[in-house]
Amino acid sequence: MHEMSLAEGILQLVEETARRERATQVKTIVVEIGQLSCVAPEALKFCFDSVSRGSMAEGAKLEIIDIAGSAYCSHCAANVPMFERYDACPNCGKHPLQAISGTEMRVREIEIASSA
Amino acid sequence: MCTVCGCGNGETRIEEMEVMEHEHTHVHADGTIHRHSHAPTNTYRPRPTNTKAELDYSTGPAGAHVPGLSQSRMVQIEQDILAKNNDYARANRRHFDEHGIFALNLVSSPGSGKTTLLVKTIELLKDTVAINVVEGDQQTSNDAERIRATGVAALQINTGKGCHLDGHMVGHAIERLQPAEESLFLIENVGNLVCPAAFALGEHHKVAILSVTEGEDKPLKYPDMFAAADVMLLNKCDLLPHLDFDADLAEANARRVNPDLTIFRISATRGEGMSAWLDWITQGLTQQRARHVETVDVLKQRIAELERQLAARS
Repeated sequence: MHEMSLAEGILQLVEETARRERATQVKTIVVEIGQLSCVAPEALKFCFDSVSRGSMAEGAKLEIIDIAGSAYCSHCAANVPMFERYDACPNCGKHPLQAISGTEMRVREIEIASSA
Repeated sequence: MCTVCGCGNGETRIEEMEVMEHEHTHVHADGTIHRHSHAPTNTYRPRPTNTKAELDYSTGPAGAHVPGLSQSRMVQIEQDILAKNNDYARANRRHFDEHGIFALNLVSSPGSGKTTLLVKTIELLKDTVAINVVEGDQQTSNDAERIRATGVAALQINTGKGCHLDGHMVGHAIERLQPAEESLFLIENVGNLVCPAAFALGEHHKVAILSVTEGEDKPLKYPDMFAAADVMLLNKCDLLPHLDFDADLAEANARRVNPDLTIFRISATRGEGMSAWLDWITQGLTQQRARHVETVDVLKQRIAELERQLAARS
């Protein structure tokens, strides 16, 4: 259900941009979803199909780019991969890690079409 | 769906206010854009003497047709999906800061004792500070009624199918409640440890409530919420002698996710540990007041300076 609000957020950004560009249809939407962001990509696609119905983004392809999680370990003074928010450092086994990527939820770009 | 406020997907209601009147823009297939306003479905009659209010974001589907197309191209957006919500949250925060209000967003699973905690907190603080409460639930206004029984103003927001409050709803709640300068603003979010973590409301702190009748590993199972919170209240501690719950382990788990977390062990029903929690709130209120006084003083100084300059000219 959380994905429903995010899908609406995506549609809002997409429609604003498409309108500004005088587009009449949105064909593709590229979003970046971090692996630590607590978003289920399949649920997001399902929700987006539902909220975009009747809009100019209806039927648009939602491409989801997975952003891998990474974090800074203050003990190792190094960047390390992170798969879950509460993971210990894979090098030294200590907590805490400061997430530096993988938490993003962004609309990167859209492919639009307009009447000739 | 209204693309301005999302009102068309509709089941969110704020007590007693029916559908809000508002405008929004539609784009048609041929590219023409027009604005129109939604009349309220029921005539909007706010009751000025009553803090109860209801806003209903009702339906109004915005249609667009399938177009005949020619060229297609890519356009960069590079924006956070939650950007709109964050804008609303920032506006709320500005309002709180400009008026010296201290705002807290209380989050937890259903059944952790949030409302009881609020009622007790209000009873202990209401003689020293003005308090306003926003209650978020999918349905019913039971919680707002419990809060009103303490004598403070409360507004119920029913999110319908929604699983969290958002910045836009809280903005309307501020409008309805008109919280006093230097007051305490408490928001009880929908009982849910997942979604409210992502939606800023403009609060100064998220306060996560975990009760000892839940599992010690909840901070690990729902790390986003405990990472987003600044304070964790371990509630129902009076039951610890009867349970296998390991309070130290629960705290350690929470600190694994968020090492900066401030933790209080409390029992809202028995009052144990409540004084430390109340002291923490009082400290927040004092800071907000000091900032507010400072802001007002700066403004006064600026006015005095401008008056001096005017006087010098004439």
